[in-house]
Amino acid sequence: MTGAGCWAAATSGQWTSSIAHSLFPPASFSELLRILTLRSGYNAAVVILGATLLGLAAGVIGAFALLRKRALMGDALAHATLPGIAAAFLAATALGGQGRSLPVLLVGAAITGVLGILAVHAIVRHTRLKEDAAIGVVLSVFFGLGVVLLSYIQSLQQGNVGGLSTFIYGQTAAMSRADALLIGSVAAASVVLALLLMKEFRVVCFDDRFAAAIGLPVGLIDLLMMTLVVIVTVIGLQAVGLILIVAMLIIPPAAARFWTERMARMTLASGGIGALSGYLGASASALLPRLPAGSVIVLTAGALFLLSMLLAPSRGVLTAALRSARLRLHVALEHTLRGAYETLESQSPAPPSAPPPPVPLSAIHAVTTMHPLLWLLTKLSLRRRGLAALADAGATLRLTPRGLAEAARLTRNHRLWEEYLVTHADIAPSHVDRSADLVEHILSPDLVADLERSLRARGELPTPPPSVHPIGKGLRT
Amino acid sequence: MTVAYHRRPVLWDIDYDAPDRSLIAIVGPNGAGKSTFIKACLGLVPKASGTVEIYGRPYREQRRLVGYVPQRESVDWDFPVSALDVVAMGRYAKIGWFRPVSRAHKAAALDALAQVGMADFAHRQINQLSGGQQQRVFLARALAQEAKIYFMDEPFAGVDAATEAAIVAILRRLRDEGRTVICVHHDLQTVPDYFDHVLLLNTRVVAAGPVSGPNSVFTRDNLQKTYGGRLTLLEEAAQAMAKAGTSL
Amino acid sequence: MPPSLHTFLSTDLPALLAATFAAVSCALLGNFLVLRRQSLMGDAISHAVLPGLVAAFLIAGTRSAWPMFVGAALAGVVTVVLVELVRRLGRVEPGAAMGVVFSIMFALGVVLLERAAARHVDLDADCVLYGQLELIFWFPPNTWSDLLTLDTLSQFPRQPTTLAVVTLLTIALVTLLFKELRLAAFDPDLATSLGFSATALHFILMLFVAGAVVASFEAVGSILVVAMLICPAATARLLTDRLLPQVLVSVLAALISALGGYALAATAPTWLGTPKALSAAGMITTVSGVLLTAAIFFSPTHGVLAKRLRHVRLAITIAREDLLATLYRLEEANQPPPAAAQSSVLSPQSFALRLALRNHEIEQTPSGALRLTETGRDAARRLIRTHRLWETYLVEAANLRPDHVHDTAETLEHLTTPPIHAELTRHPPPPTDPQGKPIP
Repeated sequence: MTGAGCWAAATSGQWTSSIAHSLFPPASFSELLRILTLRSGYNAAVVILGATLLGLAAGVIGAFALLRKRALMGDALAHATLPGIAAAFLAATALGGQGRSLPVLLVGAAITGVLGILAVHAIVRHTRLKEDAAIGVVLSVFFGLGVVLLSYIQSLQQGNVGGLSTFIYGQTAAMSRADALLIGSVAAASVVLALLLMKEFRVVCFDDRFAAAIGLPVGLIDLLMMTLVVIVTVIGLQAVGLILIVAMLIIPPAAARFWTERMARMTLASGGIGALSGYLGASASALLPRLPAGSVIVLTAGALFLLSMLLAPSRGVLTAALRSARLRLHVALEHTLRGAYETLESQSPAPPSAPPPPVPLSAIHAVTTMHPLLWLLTKLSLRRRGLAALADAGATLRLTPRGLAEAARLTRNHRLWEEYLVTHADIAPSHVDRSADLVEHILSPDLVADLERSLRARGELPTPPPSVHPIGKGLRT
Repeated sequence: MTVAYHRRPVLWDIDYDAPDRSLIAIVGPNGAGKSTFIKACLGLVPKASGTVEIYGRPYREQRRLVGYVPQRESVDWDFPVSALDVVAMGRYAKIGWFRPVSRAHKAAALDALAQVGMADFAHRQINQLSGGQQQRVFLARALAQEAKIYFMDEPFAGVDAATEAAIVAILRRLRDEGRTVICVHHDLQTVPDYFDHVLLLNTRVVAAGPVSGPNSVFTRDNLQKTYGGRLTLLEEAAQAMAKAGTSL
Repeated sequence: MPPSLHTFLSTDLPALLAATFAAVSCALLGNFLVLRRQSLMGDAISHAVLPGLVAAFLIAGTRSAWPMFVGAALAGVVTVVLVELVRRLGRVEPGAAMGVVFSIMFALGVVLLERAAARHVDLDADCVLYGQLELIFWFPPNTWSDLLTLDTLSQFPRQPTTLAVVTLLTIALVTLLFKELRLAAFDPDLATSLGFSATALHFILMLFVAGAVVASFEAVGSILVVAMLICPAATARLLTDRLLPQVLVSVLAALISALGGYALAATAPTWLGTPKALSAAGMITTVSGVLLTAAIFFSPTHGVLAKRLRHVRLAITIAREDLLATLYRLEEANQPPPAAAQSSVLSPQSFALRLALRNHEIEQTPSGALRLTETGRDAARRLIRTHRLWETYLVEAANLRPDHVHDTAETLEHLTTPPIHAELTRHPPPPTDPQGKPIP
């Protein structure tokens, strides 16, 4: 027979039908509301508040750790707390004390956690191993040692190790009121300290060499930052558990980064996301006691991360895609208009004038090489803006007088830029949008006049035709 | 002073006295230790032996008098700060611990940005700036330090001609105000135009002195010595020292 | 068959085999992860396969090997892809991207697991971490003759067999793709330009890591997988400088960890006086950590102690050479020989003095003064010569100032190997050094 393993045989069949039901058992809405509004009893309220403050602290401090590129250090640290918890339990019991007192266990956790960090530093410094290997080694070996100690405690049969293993996955239900108060106040204090040090953390995270050059003690500031990370990790052990506490340090700041380009705002947003995750996760855990709080908190944070990554206005993936699509449409539109104008120029020696004759599409290079979907959007956009319309059953493009004026303006700008780049390339500023509307806004009027003179001399300066319609913005000839 | 990385000396016995009120170029081939020289002066890499003095006093006491422009590539430009935030960092030493950046310091930072012609970009996120603009922001940060001596690590690297001209103008103004600027510089062509003094470096000082005039050290002969191959014996000795794990 | 052997065959052998195969396959793959600085990818994958396992279990309704393997492998691949997506599209730095993905996946797995457990099915998150080595057993026959029959062998537990297959596949991968993996680890861009797509190799490697994780987790737990992916390879990296020996040493380290750790955990009850054995997976991990620590300190080439020892030896050499040179300089200046100065017995100087006396390079006159012997004088002359040659070189070739070069030459003279010395004297040296002292 095969080993029994830990996957006890399932009586299958009924399974698939009831998964959804089993995952989300119906809970009364009023109960949910009661918990979320902290009215489900003083104890639950304190625990939820504690988890919220913890999320806030983890978010704020995690933001600094992420920007310092030390995100995964928290993982090594968190795993390294396990032997400390077990050893503190053993020591406290041996001394006749109450083994499972939270402060004692957390002190043990902090000690081995710090040892873990020091070990990572020592390995990176004194051996040829790189940081990733050092983190992995510390994480697994310390945790393995913790597992051995836990199995030893279990074999002593003195007590239930279950009390200790809540630290692995987190169990808000195991939190007493005093525990929650302790956790909440330590979290609040570390947030205050972190915000006071915002300026120092900012310069060290951005440019530690410069920080050292202006005389800041970079080592001390790093030490303070890591101390705050240790504090958050240790107080988060009971609520979130040591495997997932690192998520509370990474996910909120990574999500917050999508929303803003400023460090102060990012830190606050990260704290907010962390707090919201802690609040919702602890509430859900209060509702469904078997659900490990840590996982729910992390999943909440994960959902917020996903939303941020997709939808955030400044760096979100979808918004960025939309922006780039819009830009492509804009460029396609301009290329089409310019292509039409150049075709008109080639048809008659006189400058094109309104109303212009229709231009065969096959003569416009930009159109013939355009992706069909893009061309469709371009067509729609041209018509909507009243710049041009298709004629002759879609074989030709007829510019409206306004479209002609716009095309002339675009062509003129384009040629001015070209001329400028050819003659003055050595001092051309980089990163200039070359289809830029407003040559005049970037180059000096004298220079524009110069460029126009040389273009006119070669007969390449488009002049917009006199038009009865109002002429497009930025047109000056 | 002598500087060693992992106990392998990269700069041998540098003895250099920078003249006051001048623009000084540090010139030498790749791997000659130019950046290391600057970092060692600023205490950013440990010195195996030797001292750095600013106006006759140890560097640590005179740190306020020293400004620094690191290489542009040395930081992550995707970092969530604005140009003004970066320039304000130049004021941090004056502001002190815990205190936020006050309005007066912000005004000073804005002024520094204006001096490099970047006032309009103060609230731009730094990754939306071009390479030249980023370099100007770094220069503005150093200006905000209001130092007497500036160390700059390749301020002209990868910038456009307009920025290069702007930087040169600022350097000249700094000198005319009585300050000293020491730059790591790569372009030999422009050394005589931009600088007064030159330090020719190739793991040791080859020559140091005025760029032009009767005592000019910026000569074909000296350049050949600087760029003409490495001193293999010194390199082998450095290798042996690294292996033995000793230092000077 | 004796009963003790029967016990061994029924409980220890299958567990030992499982642990050994898991350790070896992970260690083989770990070499390339450590070199590519992706050690933590193993950690990420081993956490992230959890939802795949649970989902496969819930969908297939059985815990037979194949659905679970497919589910977990899919989750592994999804993890690798998601990490890349978050990193590239979200512009999140690699470490953080990994942290985001694996922690969310793991949290999802734990929630699925707990909800499944609520439906009276005993799925336990703990065993994903610690494994259940102790619960793998076999009912071997009571007689030797029945041992190798098809019937009894077919009853052999699944985990060691699966792991053996995974190990064989891993060995095949590493053997066949050794050159490509080495190239991609060293220089991914070059590998790609030569037609060995680094991305493809990365995915192959990750697929194997996922496979090893899946095959191992039930038997040994994810924590042991993470340890075996990193610790043996890191240990080997400190003991060797080339990849092939490194791979072999890592396998050896993995074997020692697995066998030693298992033995320690099993014998713990006797020496700790506890009634039950300790966690074997945890103990194997701990042993691999002990091996790594030993390598950090005692590696003959890269160990902390070896470096320290070389340093001390060099300090003694330098002190001895300084002693000889000082005596020579005094003789040169016609000054009286000094008495031996008092220095701490453990200082390099005192070791150097004893060494020089024993080598008959110096001798002590009855009055206690030190004097060079003929051998000592020869050695000292060579040293002084090297010193003054260096001074000459530093001034003439390196342009250093004559009043500065003494200290530098003082260090260099102790490190002058014969080839360097030959190079120094390639051009006939001047008769005196920059300070005007004769070059002997």
